[in-house]
Formats: sequence, C-alpha cells, structure tokens
Amino acid sequence: MTANDPSSTSLQLTADGQLRHFLTLDGLDRALLTEILDTADSFIEVGERSIKKVPLLRGRTVVNLFFESSTRTRSTFELAAKRLSADVLNLDINTSATSKGESLSDTLLNLEAMASDMFVVRHSQSGAPHFIAESVTPGVAIINAGDGRHAHPTQAMLDMLTIRQHKGRFEGLKVAIVGDVLHSRVARSQIRALNELGAAEVRVIAPATLLPRDVESLGCTVEYDMKRGMKDLDVVIMLRLQKERMEGALLPSEREFYRLYGLNREKLALADPGCIVMHPGPINRGVEIESAVADGPQSVILNQVTNGIAIRMAVMSMAMGGQMAERNRKLAERVEG
Amino acid sequence: MTALLDMDQLLDDLEKGLRKRLEERGVTDPALIGIRTGGVWLADVMSKRLGLKEPWGELDISFYRDDFSRIGLNPKVKPSSLPFSTEDRDIILIDDVIMSGRTIRAAMNEIFDYGRPASIILATLVDLGARELPVQPDVTGRVLALQSHQRVKLRGPAPLHIELQETGK
Repeated sequence: MTANDPSSTSLQLTADGQLRHFLTLDGLDRALLTEILDTADSFIEVGERSIKKVPLLRGRTVVNLFFESSTRTRSTFELAAKRLSADVLNLDINTSATSKGESLSDTLLNLEAMASDMFVVRHSQSGAPHFIAESVTPGVAIINAGDGRHAHPTQAMLDMLTIRQHKGRFEGLKVAIVGDVLHSRVARSQIRALNELGAAEVRVIAPATLLPRDVESLGCTVEYDMKRGMKDLDVVIMLRLQKERMEGALLPSEREFYRLYGLNREKLALADPGCIVMHPGPINRGVEIESAVADGPQSVILNQVTNGIAIRMAVMSMAMGGQMAERNRKLAERVEG
Repeated sequence: MTALLDMDQLLDDLEKGLRKRLEERGVTDPALIGIRTGGVWLADVMSKRLGLKEPWGELDISFYRDDFSRIGLNPKVKPSSLPFSTEDRDIILIDDVIMSGRTIRAAMNEIFDYGRPASIILATLVDLGARELPVQPDVTGRVLALQSHQRVKLRGPAPLHIELQETGK
C-alpha cells in the first residue's frame, strides 16, 4: 500500500465520482477538494445556530475506532458525528477486546454485525484504513483519522479551510511547513492538498535529519535555514515535535531545536506582515513555538480546531451519502435487470 | 404559456396575496425567508415591494432533504444565512415553485432549528399541484397544470422569468 497507489482512487470514489471512503488526498482532484471545503463552509454556519444539528446521518451508527490515542481528533470526530445526528460509539482499542487477543478482522466483523455504517479509523500502521476499506461490507464508509506516517487527510483539509478563510484563495500563496516532517502524516497530506489547490510554493523547513529522503518528490522546496525560509511567507504551519521520537538521536536537544527551528516573534517578523501561524496541536510551547506567537494576533490555531468539526462533518456526510447513493443505484440495476 | 406567465402580473398577484394574508393574520413585522435559489430572488423582490426594513434570510435546505439516503449530499450546498432569530417571529417563507411539498417540509424543519417561530406564511410564485405531502401555500401567484414530462424553473435574478422545461419522459 503506497501513498500513490492508483487503486486508492477507485476505492475512495463511486463510479459517479462521489466520495464513499476518505482515506487519502491522493487521487482526489481540485474540484473534489473544493467541494469538501465548500460543504464544510455550510457546516460552519450550522455550528452557529441555536440547534447545532442537522438530520443527515440520523439513524446511522458511526464507530470511532482508535488504535492510537488522540483527544482532539477523536472528540472533534465525535462532535461532528453527533451534529450530523448519528449515534456514536467510541472504541479505544487498548481497553477493548483486541487486548484480549481478538484480531482486527474479528473486531470489525463484530462491529459490522452491530449494523455500523461508518468507521473512523486511527492506526499507527500506515495503510490500516485502506485495508479495512478493502475488506469491509459494501455500504460501510471508512474515514482515515490518521494512519502511521502515511496520511491525515481531515487534518490537512481543515488546515486548507483555515487558509482559505484567512487568505481567500490558494493561488499565489507561499506556505512553509516547519519541523518534524519525517514523522508527520499531516505534512504529507498538507503538501498534497496545497499543490492540488494551486499554492505557488510549498516549502519545508527542517534539519536534514527530520526530512524524509526525496522529500522534494512530494512537491515542495527544502530550506534548512529557517530565517531564510521565512522570507515572503503567507502561511507558516508548525508541526509538533514528536518528543517520543527524540530517542533516535535525530536532534541534539530541544533547546537547540527551538533556537534553530522554533517560531518566535523575531523569526515571524521576517515573513509577510499578513502571515498566519498554524499548528495542528497539541503545541509544545517553547519547543516549536513561543507562547507570544501561539497566542498572538497572527495565530489561527483555535480556528483550526473549530474548522476541524466542520471538515469532519463534510467528509462524513459526503462519504455516507456516496455509499447510500451507490447502494441505491445497485438496487435499481438489480430491479431493472 | 408566455401570456399565462407574465412576470409582473405574477409578482403583483403574489404581493397582493401576501398583503391580504398579513392583514388577516394581524402581522405587522414579518421576517422574510427565501429558499435558494429562486426563492431568494423572490425574497429580494418581495422585501422591497412590502417595504420591509429588515434584511431577508436565505435557506439552503440541502442538509434537510429527504432524498439524501438515495442520492447523497448536494455537491453545491451553500451556507444558509438568517440575519435574525426565528424565535417568536412571524415568518414569510417564499419559494419559486411548489410541487411535491418536500422542499417546504425540509425548509420548515430547518427554520425550527433556528428557533420556534410564532407563525409561518408560505408563499410560492407557481403551484404545480402534484403534491405528495399535505403542505399547501397560503399565497400563490398562479396555479398551473403541467403535463407529466413538463417542469418550470424560475430564471433570474434580473430579469426574472419562468422557463418551461421538457424532461423527455
């Protein structure tokens, strides 16, 4: 299962081009990405009403299947599903049957037997959501909530929504992604999305030890010197430094990293004055970003969280709708045949 | 057909009907909501004709459609926008064409998610009959009987005109 596997396109889209799973941004064109952003815009308005709920997924069961812990992503997926009127089951796999020796396939069969309609999957193994999408009963939608180092497509799309809200467009934008690109599934999805949506330049800024080999092939330029890299930026996206990865001697020290690649007011002043600051969270203050910047006027970090709910409502309703439309079409064909 | 659908005449009739209904109900401060897209154009026109000072609202009913489970989500959904609370308000809900009544059912469900209105008056420019739900307009510009393969669509926003479509079935 590679990131550019062409089979992911046919797996994710119905014959009519509707979304039916949301696994990766690979193979999704600008029109579909824009449709996701536009749909999310409409869901933002729903979040401002006195009753923040629409009936689209009423009577559907959504299972949050988290093999890797996460607070923000899981709770925004849960809130998104509830605002779509779905019933939601949160499964933290560490505390469930798999720790009693049940295999992934058996867990899934049991959940399908409970008539689940959608699985939101987070897994430390790249490709796990693809695997589930390939083997699941037809009609059940799979949403990738982050797999290994591969992809985190809803995070990338909520970032795109945030950029579009503040900049109004992607054409001509210069965007930098700073920090631990090597371990980041978010960065891969962001680079893909920014290129597809027409950003002028995607720049990664990091020490060579935190960049994947052939990083340019993802569609970005590379800058090792952050001060040089900040020049003319419209958007700077900080990545979380995965402290759990520090053991590999990829970094001299946190303090050294902060000095070279941490975002402080001085470095931010080198960017375009309208440059916005983003971070997928959770932030390590004083490691990747200075508090004065994280809480400052150019920071849009909390907008990202709000937008996360709307983006997740969009992909969940689009994928569920695609599944139901497909099932309906097949039923009609059977009747006619 | 064209003679039947003189737009100025239709709008005059709609306005007259609305004024009459508002008076009957004793409504002095209605809030106007149009259903996208045709209903929004009509809301703009009727708001001016009725001399309403408050801006009208617009509804996109895509999230409330009852055919979501058959065809999926409308890819062209736009945000609804109500610049007022519907709580305890007298609402005029306006759309271009009423047929099955399903759009109006969806619109009323959506309106209630913004608050409980005091009342709703339903106005449609054209009523094609063929109702599938027990929903009737209070005011309508014209009742039309079409053949089963025919549809009408409001084109606009300026000038507004009604187009007759042949569906080929």
